[in-house]
Amino acid sequence: MTDMSQPAPLLQMRGICKQFPGVRALDEVAFELQRGEVHVLLGENGAGKSTLMRVLSGACARDAGEILIDGRPVALHSPRDAQALGISTIYQEFNLVPHLSAAANIFLGREPLVGAGIINRGKLLADATSLLRGLGTTIDPGVRVKHLSVAEQQMVEVAKALSLDARILIMDEPTSALTESEIDELFSAIGRLTKRGVAVIYISHRMEELARVGHRATVMRDGRYIATRPLPCPIPTLVRLMANRDITQHFPTPTRRRGAPLLHVEGISHPPRLHDVSFTLHRGEILGVAGLLGAGRTELARAIAGADVPTAGRVVLEGRPLRVRAPSDAIRAGIGLVPEDRKRHGFVPGQSVAANLALPQLRRLARAGVVDRRRERALATRWIEELRIKTPDASARVLTLSGGNQQKVVLGKWLAAGSDVLIVDEPTRGIDVAAKMEIYQLLDRLAADGAGILMISSELPEILGMSDRVLVMHQGRVQAVLDAHEATQERVLQAALGLAS
Amino acid sequence: MRHRLSASGRRLGTLAGLFGLGVLLWALTPHFLTVSNLLNVLEQTSINAVIAAGMTFVIISAGIDLSVGSLVAVAGVVLASTLHAGMPITIALAASLAVGFAFGLLNGLAITWGRLPPFIATLGMMSIARGCALLFTEGRPVSGFDPAFRSIATARLLGIPAPVFVTIAVYLMAHFVLAETRFGRYVYSMGGNEEATRLSGVNVRLHKTLVYGVSGLASAVAAVLLTARLNSAQPIAGIMYELDAIAATVIGGTSLMGGEGGLGGTIIGALIMGVLRNGLNLLGVSSFVQQIVIGLVIVFAVLIDTVLKARKG
Repeated sequence: MTDMSQPAPLLQMRGICKQFPGVRALDEVAFELQRGEVHVLLGENGAGKSTLMRVLSGACARDAGEILIDGRPVALHSPRDAQALGISTIYQEFNLVPHLSAAANIFLGREPLVGAGIINRGKLLADATSLLRGLGTTIDPGVRVKHLSVAEQQMVEVAKALSLDARILIMDEPTSALTESEIDELFSAIGRLTKRGVAVIYISHRMEELARVGHRATVMRDGRYIATRPLPCPIPTLVRLMANRDITQHFPTPTRRRGAPLLHVEGISHPPRLHDVSFTLHRGEILGVAGLLGAGRTELARAIAGADVPTAGRVVLEGRPLRVRAPSDAIRAGIGLVPEDRKRHGFVPGQSVAANLALPQLRRLARAGVVDRRRERALATRWIEELRIKTPDASARVLTLSGGNQQKVVLGKWLAAGSDVLIVDEPTRGIDVAAKMEIYQLLDRLAADGAGILMISSELPEILGMSDRVLVMHQGRVQAVLDAHEATQERVLQAALGLAS
Repeated sequence: MRHRLSASGRRLGTLAGLFGLGVLLWALTPHFLTVSNLLNVLEQTSINAVIAAGMTFVIISAGIDLSVGSLVAVAGVVLASTLHAGMPITIALAASLAVGFAFGLLNGLAITWGRLPPFIATLGMMSIARGCALLFTEGRPVSGFDPAFRSIATARLLGIPAPVFVTIAVYLMAHFVLAETRFGRYVYSMGGNEEATRLSGVNVRLHKTLVYGVSGLASAVAAVLLTARLNSAQPIAGIMYELDAIAATVIGGTSLMGGEGGLGGTIIGALIMGVLRNGLNLLGVSSFVQQIVIGLVIVFAVLIDTVLKARKG
C-alpha cells in the first residue's frame, strides 16, 4: 500500500527487464525520481545505464516491468510517447541542425506560424529568448548553431527540451566536453530547472562533480540495480558498489610465459584522444588495456597499427624503430589489428572467408600479380581448421557467419600473416559464451607461441581474467599499470575513473 | 549460400530478359532475326560493351565514371591526328591508349589525393576532356584514314566483324584481371569495405587510381573502334556514352553500392542495350521516344537492385 500522505514520486520504474541476444542487459531494474531532483546514475561501461535510459526515452522496448509517472502506470512504447509524457534526452551527440539558428532549432517542427506555413519570426525569436534567458545564458537565439560552442549548443538542447514541456531530463555525460567555467554554468542552469520542479537523470563518470550537482546516486552493475545513496557520499563507497562483482565466468589456465621485450611504445600521441602514452609489451604476454569509453584505448590501438598516424612518439619493435605511416607498414613489421568495429573495419562482408583471410597476404599468394588460387584455398582451409571457424566452406561470404566466427576470420587474417604483435580491440564483443572461451584459449596459445598481445576490453572480468598486466587509461593517458596479482576490480575502476589509488 | 544463389539467379534473370527481348522483337519484326541484323547489333554493341567493361571496374570499386564519353573523344582525336601526322598505326594506337589511361589516372588522382567524390571529379573531367578534344582539333573532325587502319572495324573473319573479336578479347582480359589477379581482388575489397581493406595493408589510393586508369584505357579502345568505323574522329563524339555504359553495368547486376558484380553480367547488359536500341530502330520508334525508353530501363534496373538490397536488409 502506498503512503497516502506523501505524493507519489514523479517517476518510478519497476522490474524493468531487457534481453538482447546472448546478454541480459537489464534484470529487474528499479529506479525512482522525485520532482526537482538531480539523480545520478552510476555504473561501468555495460552496466545497463544507457539501456535503462533508452527504455525510458522509448527508443528501446522493454521485455517486462512497469513505468509509473505521478504514481500512474503509463504506456511508453515509442519516442513520441516519451515526448508526450515530458521525458527528454540530451545525448552526447547533439541532435541539432548546424545551419539553422538556435531559435529555429529549439522550435524545429513546431514553429509558431502566421497564416499557412509562414513562420512568425518575431514570436520565434521572442519565445527562444525567454527560454534561453530562463536558463541563465546570454546566447543570441538568431545565431546559427554551428557558430556556437559545445556548451552553448548544449544549452540550446536544454531549451529545446523545455519547449517540449520536459519534466524529466536525461543528460548523458553532459560535462565531458566542457571547460571548468562552462561546467559551473551548466550546473547553475540545472539548479534553475530543479527549482521549477524539473527532474534530471544525470549520467557521468566524473566522480568529483557528482556531489556538486546531484541529490542521490543509484548504482547499477551488470544490468542490475545495486543501491541508491544520498549525496554527498564518499567516493570509495560508490566505487566499491560499482566494482564488487562475483566473477563467475571462467578463463583458461594460462599456458604462456613472459619472455623478452617485444614492443616499446614511447610517448605516442594523437590529440585530442591520445596523449603521451608509453609502455612495453613482452613476448608471451597479454597486456590488458582498461578504461572507460573515450579513454583513448581504440585510438592507441589505431596509432600503433598505423590506422591513424600519431603526431608524436615512436614505436620500437625488438630494438628497431618503426616508421609507421600506413597500416601496410605496421603489417610488414608484424603488427596486426583486430578492430573494435568488426563490420566496419575488420572484414569485407560480401567477400568469401578465403578472400578475407588472404587479403593481407595477397602479395605472398600472388605470382606476377595473379592470385594462386590453390595456395589461397590451402591457406583458408588451414586456418578454418586451426581456428575451428564454422562455415559451410571457404567460399561462403563472411556476412553469413555468426559474430564469433566472423571474429575468428579477422583473427585468422593476422595469424596467417604471421603477426608477432596482435592488438585485439574488444575481442569478444557481441560473441556468445562458447565462442568467447575459444577466443580466450586462442589468445593464450598465441602468447604461449611467443606473440605479444595487447588486449583492449571494456569487460573488467575479461581484463582481470586474461591479462598478465593491466594498463589503465584515463582521458588519453596512462593512469596506472597494474600486475595481475595487484589488479582488482576496484583498483582498475578507480584508475579508470581518474582517481589516485 | 542463399546470397550466392540469388546472385547467380540475378544473372540468369538478366539473360532471360535478353532472350525475352529477342523473342519479342522477333515476333514484332521479321528483320530482327536475320544474320546480318544480329551481326549489326553485335558490331554496334561492341563500343558500348568495351566502355562498360572499364565502367564495371569503377562501379565494383564503389565509384562512378561520368567522363568516359569525353575520353572517347580525346583518345579519338589523338589517334586521328597521330595517324594524319604520318605515324605508324602502332604508334598511333599506343598514343591513343596512353592518353585515355592518363586522363583516367587524373580522375583517380583527383578522387584519391584530392578526396573529391567520384561523381564530381569525373563530372569535371567530362567537361575538361571534351574541351581538350575541341581545342586540339579546333572543333573540326579529323577524317580519312588508311584502309589498313580502317580494317580494325571493317575486317571480317568467318563473316563476323573485327570489333566483335576486339570486344571478346577485351572481356577475356578484363575478366582475368578482375577474377584472377591481386588487383582484381582489391577492386572488390575496396568496393565492399574500403576501410577494412586499408587496414589490411592494401594501398587503397594507388589501386583506386588505377581503377580509373582502366576505365580511361577502355574508353580509348572504344575510341579506336569508333574512329575506324566512322573513318573519322569527332571532338564531339561520345556524348552521353556514360549513360549506356552505366546502364549496361547496372543491368548486368553490378551493384552501385560496390563490392559485387562482374563482367559476365555487364556483357549481357550491353547486349540488352544494343538489342533494345536496334529493335526500337527497326520498329521505327522515334529517337525521342527511344530516349524515354532507355531512361526507364535504367531506372528500372537500379530499382530492382535497390529492392533486392532492401529485402536482404
